[in-house]
Amino acid sequence: MAGKTLYDKLWDDHLVKQRDDGSALIYIDRHLLHEVTSPQAFEGLRLAGRKPWRLDANLATPDHNVPTTDRARGVEGIVDPVSRIQVETLDSNCDEFGILEFKIMDQRQGIVHVIGPEQGATLPGMSIVCGDSHTSTHGAFGCLAHGIGTSEVEHVLATQCLVQQKMKNMLVKVNGKLGPGVTGKDVVLAIIGRIGTAGGTGYAIEFGGEAIRDLSMEARMTICNMSIEAGARVGMVAVDQTTIDYVKDRPFAPKGEMRERAIEYWKTLHSDDDASFDKVVELEGSEIMPQVSWGTSPEMVAGVGGHVPDPEAETDPIKREGIVRALRYMGLKPNMPITEIRLDRVFIGSCTNSRIEDLREAAAVVKGRKVSPLLKQAMVVPGSGLVKVQAEQEGLDRIFLEAGLEWRDPGCSMCLAMNADKLGQGEHCASTSNRNFEGRQGFGGRTHLVSPAMAAAAAINGHFVDVREMMN
Amino acid sequence: MRALKQHRGIVAPMDRSNVDTDMIIPKQFLKSIKRTGFGPNLFDELRYLDEGKPDQDSSQRPINPDFVLNQDRYKNASVLLARRNFGCGSSREHAPWALEDFGFRVIIAPSFADIFYNNCFKNGLLPIVLEEETVDQLFQEAEKEEGYQLAIDLEAKTVTTPSGETFAFEVDDFRRHCLLNGLDDIGVTLEDAEVIKAYEASRRETAPWLFGAGG
Repeated sequence: MAGKTLYDKLWDDHLVKQRDDGSALIYIDRHLLHEVTSPQAFEGLRLAGRKPWRLDANLATPDHNVPTTDRARGVEGIVDPVSRIQVETLDSNCDEFGILEFKIMDQRQGIVHVIGPEQGATLPGMSIVCGDSHTSTHGAFGCLAHGIGTSEVEHVLATQCLVQQKMKNMLVKVNGKLGPGVTGKDVVLAIIGRIGTAGGTGYAIEFGGEAIRDLSMEARMTICNMSIEAGARVGMVAVDQTTIDYVKDRPFAPKGEMRERAIEYWKTLHSDDDASFDKVVELEGSEIMPQVSWGTSPEMVAGVGGHVPDPEAETDPIKREGIVRALRYMGLKPNMPITEIRLDRVFIGSCTNSRIEDLREAAAVVKGRKVSPLLKQAMVVPGSGLVKVQAEQEGLDRIFLEAGLEWRDPGCSMCLAMNADKLGQGEHCASTSNRNFEGRQGFGGRTHLVSPAMAAAAAINGHFVDVREMMN
Repeated sequence: MRALKQHRGIVAPMDRSNVDTDMIIPKQFLKSIKRTGFGPNLFDELRYLDEGKPDQDSSQRPINPDFVLNQDRYKNASVLLARRNFGCGSSREHAPWALEDFGFRVIIAPSFADIFYNNCFKNGLLPIVLEEETVDQLFQEAEKEEGYQLAIDLEAKTVTTPSGETFAFEVDDFRRHCLLNGLDDIGVTLEDAEVIKAYEASRRETAPWLFGAGG
């Protein structure tokens, strides 16, 4: 019998019941909640007279709507009344049902996918869900983690289970070493560029190969975070010593003898040598360049030394039409060099790239330099209150402020512009977030997805440059 | 949830691939704490020429006459014909809520994003995958003939054109069963409460570090 993939093992370990109709009940170890996709689920519980199945599996925090300035007044300080009601509703729901919540004034508040790992609420081998598609982030810990809709949020609250069909297995292998200045973000954008925005639909992706093994946990999180941008709900990396070291001593993580016992299990969380995958994609790490998205889908990316494509060169009529539409929306001309794209704003943050290593990477580029006067704004939004504190202890805030970037409070911010942070119509933004869809960062806004280092380099120059030319 | 067994309705062809959930319902409308009322803001940025705001009377806004749902012939459409990878992006269930609130019951496309596909079934909305060539054919027919309707039979798993041509589609048995009967799947799962408790008890033994609050 062939060996098991990591996904097979996680599936088997969480299988509560296989039903005759092909569906299965899967047990959920950790459920993360935020204010946008939970209110209707709590309302559903109330209407049906149901209670949460297991309180200690849940952890909540407001992140999508919270302002990133003037936080001293807490919820009262949220100017938009509709946003404020949503945050207040999360608070009252968590209070009513007894769910642990890091509220807006709690230093542990932050983007839900940043605080899970930070707290050790994300542990290897867990099944983790959240009403947010970027829940795939937690797969970096060898977890079965994916986004769910609000009906499923209610289902998990009420039953601690989800009804699922098993996905297919895909291995994305990045061989060899990455070049200097090439980051996890560039790797995942290159992967999406290769397999396309629907390339992973129906699959659980495992990222492997030497280049992935060499990456830090935070870089692995960046890669798994964007699995959904390749269509895969689940993205995973096998557990290794890097994983085990990262979770050590975190508040929710096991300690002492319990940790030793857990480690024994965690070490089994990798695909067997003889496991078979339904699909395998390989990339050479040394060939990956810093990436910039030019279009309105995350698959529309190019190396920074490349050009905006010419739709005439595309043979698939549906794709050609997509390119024409994207270039019209983005206000770009076919064949123009990526480095000639001028920028209005820079955003460093989001669940993809707002952890301490991301901020260090950006700070290293802007240190001793000044933001281009061509820009209207460049902002840094740390992923959590604790990331913010650590960055300030390391003096990163001073580096950003002296260079002319804004230093904000934690939240999702301009990644999806549900709070006050947004692009104006027609503005181009170098953004470390995950989606460049039309209107994502503001009505008529034009998003270019890049790594924190590339965003920092763009902030200094007012247009894209190859960050490697600025590194000494 | 509303059951769906058979449905016949006017087809609106939306000729665009990779329609994402931000496009289906932009983020400013996700601030609602209700499940209803999203219909007027379905495809907001494509449908209107101005920037939409929550709690606004959309009937007074300038509309984009080129957008398919603004054409008189498609105003009462209940079957959306779409292209590849429909519903990609965020997990927001507000997307199927908005489609359902507008009046759609069925969406036909060559492929759907996973989370969106799953969310549809929870809301009485049937996503149907057909071959790309078939979808091409339906686009041509729907654009050519005003009032073009399709008949969908979930029991028989078929889509039938006005000329009587029939296409079969696949849907897994559990989702089909729930949609045919309008079942609340929490109720179905709770029938297995004892099985869940037994699993949980064994997991407490094998992975005790996963239980008990941290912090």
